[in-house]
Amino acid sequence: MSAWLFLVLAALTVALSLVVVLHRNPVYSALGLVATLVVLAVFFVGLDAHLVAALQVIVNAGAIVVLFLFVIMLLNLRVEARAVPSPVLAGLAGLASVALAAGLFYGLGRAPALPGPAVDAGYGGTLPLAERLFTAYLVPFELTSVLLTVAVVGAVALGKKAVRRG
Amino acid sequence: MTLDVAIASGKAIFMILIALQVMAFGVFFERKVSALIQDRIGANRASIFGVAAFGLINTLVADPIKFLLKEDVRLAGADRFLHALAPMLAVVPALAAFAVVPFGDVLEIGEHVINLQAASLNVGILYVLAMGSLGVYGVVLAGWASNNRWSLLGGIRGSAQVISYEIAMGLALVGVVMTYDTLDLQSMARQQGELIWGWLPAWGILYQPLAFVIFLVAGVAESKRIPFDLPESESELVSGFFTEYSGAKHLTFMMSDFVEVVLVSALVATFFFGGWQVPYLGREGFVFPGGGTIALASWVVALLQITSFVLKLVFFTWLQVVIRWTLPRFRYDQLMRLGWKGLLPLSLANVMVTAVVITATDALS
Repeated sequence: MSAWLFLVLAALTVALSLVVVLHRNPVYSALGLVATLVVLAVFFVGLDAHLVAALQVIVNAGAIVVLFLFVIMLLNLRVEARAVPSPVLAGLAGLASVALAAGLFYGLGRAPALPGPAVDAGYGGTLPLAERLFTAYLVPFELTSVLLTVAVVGAVALGKKAVRRG
Repeated sequence: MTLDVAIASGKAIFMILIALQVMAFGVFFERKVSALIQDRIGANRASIFGVAAFGLINTLVADPIKFLLKEDVRLAGADRFLHALAPMLAVVPALAAFAVVPFGDVLEIGEHVINLQAASLNVGILYVLAMGSLGVYGVVLAGWASNNRWSLLGGIRGSAQVISYEIAMGLALVGVVMTYDTLDLQSMARQQGELIWGWLPAWGILYQPLAFVIFLVAGVAESKRIPFDLPESESELVSGFFTEYSGAKHLTFMMSDFVEVVLVSALVATFFFGGWQVPYLGREGFVFPGGGTIALASWVVALLQITSFVLKLVFFTWLQVVIRWTLPRFRYDQLMRLGWKGLLPLSLANVMVTAVVITATDALS
């Protein structure tokens, strides 16, 4: 990925993330999140991680945020009355953010450029990633699916009305 | 470099043109085939110098002009920006998904060998699913931004339905991926050129008949047309998520429906019916199982393959129009039961059986 493309996309990501946080309408916030996720997927493509990019769009943008929108629409949330933070707090938060950004720029600017680990061509493709997933990381991978199943069962158990007996 | 860019954009434009042309066929079928099914004559009034061309003038010239010239109603209380954005979000992902669909094998011009597929991605199928899952935003946002309860109900129904059927669709494709051992659609299409027992083209339908049925049903559900048109539901919700749309925006929503129909046709053809394959046609020409051969130039082969692909698209588009005009609408609980209790377990079973068969075949040979 060329430096110019990276800069443009990075600026876009930051702008879209700001929409998520700052917009007063929750639907726009959710859409900002979708757009942020899609742009992040473009970054993954730039890093040759095509599978991660596709999964990012399918799972996060395509399924999870749709459900966010679903809830927002069902609750019929419109423009939120924003809780105005005290000016002191807002000022402090602003200062802290600027200090953090400055620290990051300074620190990263001084850090020596480390060479990344040597990887084969196409290492982010489906086949290499799937091989790792089904050999080295098989147990965590399967445990995650158990965790998700448990979460679904729990959600159904909580959401279900009491069963009338007899 | 410049040549590569030119070739790449040429292929992309050509693919989109195929999609839009077949979509026009879909619209025409929608008017004329429905009329035949209902024992009517159908569109036949509009004509240019007395030529009505079986209603083609009506459906492809008069109707779009009518839509484009209608008033674009500005809604009170609606979110203007999202209201205008929603139709575009509905149609763009559907068109973008065509990028990985191959429309031919290769075209040799001099020393250039052009792969007839707009984008060759190693995550091909997942890209299609990703675009499909983005398409739902158009429906959801249209429902929400219209400030209308019918629209909102339609939008919510649409998102629930599309997410439910995406799961069965994705799992049906797992069986397909296991059969071909690749995610790339072009490689799938090429593998279907082989012959079983020396004479039967190895089309995917022979290996994955159940996946074909599940995929087609889920695909029709994804395009939100009868019998799965709960998000639109004319008799309950006026026009569902696009009740409050008029003129060109309404046309865009209708267009997105038909583009999805053509997309489902393209995917069904590629996964299960050989894609661009013509039986016994290889890169050098026809090689018949009996022993006869007909040598053909590369461009003739490519032309035959593209024609075969387009004909398959037209056929499956026609099939979906016939399904749409034959079946009544499901009730909402029936829709959910079919998706979750019917298609999902079936597709899981399909994956299991495919895995067992593949392992057994590998072990035996």
